[in-house]
Amino acid sequence: MNHLQLIIKREYLTKVRNKSFIIMTFLSPVIMIGLFSLVGYLSQVNNDKVRIINVLDESSLFASQFEDTDNLKYNRLESLSLDQAKAKTEKSGDYGLLYIPKNENIDELAKSITFYSEDSPSLGTIGDIESAIRDKANTIKLNASNYDAEKIKELRVKVDTKLETFKGEETSKLGSGIKLVFGGAAGYLLFMFIIIYGNMIMRSVIEEKTSRIIEVIISSVKPIKLLLGKIIGTSLAGVTQFAAWVILLGVLSAIVPVVFGIDLTAIQEQQMEAMAQTQDSGLQSIVTDAILEIQKLPIANLVIMFLLFFVGGYLLYASLYAAIGAAVDSETDTQQFMLPLLMPLILAVYVGFFTVIDNPHGTVSQVFSYIPFTSPVVMLMRIPFGVPLWQQILSVVILFATFIGTVWFAAKIYRVGILMYGKKASYKELAKWLKY
Amino acid sequence: MEKLLVAQNVSKSFGEFKALNDVSIEVPKGSIFGLLGPNGAGKTTFIRIINQITMPDTGKVFLDGEALQPHHIQHIGYLPEERGLYKSMKVGEQALYLAQLKGLSKDEAKTKLKYWFDRLEIGDWWNKKIQELSKGMAQKIQFVVTVLHEPKLLIFDEPFSGFDPINANLIKDEILKLREDGATVIFSTHRMESVEEMCDHIALINKSNKILDGKLIDIKRAYKNNTYEVGLVAQNAEMVSTRLKEKFEVSPATFKTINDELQYKIQIPETASANDLVGYLATQGQLTHFVEVIPSANDIFIETVNNN
Repeated sequence: MNHLQLIIKREYLTKVRNKSFIIMTFLSPVIMIGLFSLVGYLSQVNNDKVRIINVLDESSLFASQFEDTDNLKYNRLESLSLDQAKAKTEKSGDYGLLYIPKNENIDELAKSITFYSEDSPSLGTIGDIESAIRDKANTIKLNASNYDAEKIKELRVKVDTKLETFKGEETSKLGSGIKLVFGGAAGYLLFMFIIIYGNMIMRSVIEEKTSRIIEVIISSVKPIKLLLGKIIGTSLAGVTQFAAWVILLGVLSAIVPVVFGIDLTAIQEQQMEAMAQTQDSGLQSIVTDAILEIQKLPIANLVIMFLLFFVGGYLLYASLYAAIGAAVDSETDTQQFMLPLLMPLILAVYVGFFTVIDNPHGTVSQVFSYIPFTSPVVMLMRIPFGVPLWQQILSVVILFATFIGTVWFAAKIYRVGILMYGKKASYKELAKWLKY
Repeated sequence: MEKLLVAQNVSKSFGEFKALNDVSIEVPKGSIFGLLGPNGAGKTTFIRIINQITMPDTGKVFLDGEALQPHHIQHIGYLPEERGLYKSMKVGEQALYLAQLKGLSKDEAKTKLKYWFDRLEIGDWWNKKIQELSKGMAQKIQFVVTVLHEPKLLIFDEPFSGFDPINANLIKDEILKLREDGATVIFSTHRMESVEEMCDHIALINKSNKILDGKLIDIKRAYKNNTYEVGLVAQNAEMVSTRLKEKFEVSPATFKTINDELQYKIQIPETASANDLVGYLATQGQLTHFVEVIPSANDIFIETVNNN
């Protein structure tokens, strides 16, 4: 076995056998699923309780307007004064009292409605009540002005703009959303990967320095080989961990609901229904639309570019993390170097989530998808929206050219830094090391 | 004598700082070569150049007649001063890893490790983690790893630090045995008594320059200055002492004896011989002690560095 293979194997095995690594691998999905289930369970419990709202409608206009739902019941009170109704509601422990006074003027009436309750009511409930009243009030007003409210409702025009590119590819708002999810997931995944495993590389370099084994090792192998072996070994461990997470998440999310009887799909269905309502179409059609949209995505392009940008972006940052590890004596000294490293990364995610969503092909999005320190994240978010191939290739070329530059830079710092003990490295000092 | 390692006019700078200035050193095959010098003199830089950890700015290094190349790493065993092992790795696994990095196959490495572990009676540490071992125990493993691949050239930087006297002696005997088996040893240390005991050649580096090198015996010969330590029981001590001081370079000396005597260091001119001095002293009283003063490695070190 040659040196590089040996180093990769050792780095990989040490990482994978490390106790905290193993614990994190198994615990993270459990915690995630656990939290998700807990939220699901709690919202189930939350909704299980039926709320009763007493309605004292002196105007008698809205009597039929309130429809009971699964967990909200309206109870009409007749021939009671306001004070009596309040006392009754408070005594019975009902959720609240909706008081609609009598007023000929519908506008004034609408302003004088009051909701009494023990403590602040949920915004959702108030929203429901208000929209029910608004519908009725509007109808009354329209009728009063001799308009046929029903007719007007019928005459309302539904607008659903069809989106199509010049090349004839049909898109839709739903499609945009799906593209955003794909791009965002890819960009965010890379971001997380860099931070988690970049740090791991840095710590492993520092460990070799503090345990003083480094000089023994580099009397056998070239520092650059050690550096590469470390980066590759740690990345493989990272890929292993990610794969384990995906599998565990899949298995757990299948098992947990069955075992604990929590209906996770109910939450998803609720969300889907909400989406369906805004889209004015059925749940079924949404799902088929979504599948269609996903099939329309440039999957091959996406996968290839994901791999290229992932590898390039990760290696770019990983080599810098290693250089930082070599420059310092302990993890506490890394602060001054971490900020300039994290800044472009965080900037990339922000640009990705705000600018790209707003306009995937705007100037800012374009510029940031060429800058090598931000391009992996930003470009990955843009690609689902369709980026010309030449732009993608240019960006990849810039990224890999810079990567070679940073590896050279990192290797220089690394080579000198690993043999410097007890010296606090400043930027000035690092600049000198480049000339050694 | 055949040279195993030849360094020719090696210079190395780190920015403004010149770590080595035109240093040439020749290490004879089969010798134990003491590389001496004060802290920060440039010894470690020189050793790192031999190990190809650092490249010299100018100058050349030859191992066994060949200009230094990456594959020579297999023929060198290096025990650095700043040394350690992976703390959370098991002893056996770690030793195997380091041996394989030195070019041994896994099976070879296993066989040899077994031999050395048995020899140093540390066989049952194989599955322990380094962090469970004491410093001295870890040093033993480090020593084994250094010599395991039977290198032609062994470089030890402060090999005895961290060892108790018993283990230090054990390691010393192992080093001497390795030399008997044909290895050449470069030995960097501040413990002058080990230099005295083990080295047959030395080089002294001070402030980036080599200021002295050669066979230890030759250097000692060159540094001795016809000085003798004498003990003399005289009837009239004061008169004898005055006479001696008139006739020779005399300085006081102290050594332990059972006699009540005058104790002096007497330096005689190069033309004179020891016999002349003995003859003269015999006329002055009862001669109880007569020893030629041979400079110790320690004396030579201090004198040379201070004069530099």
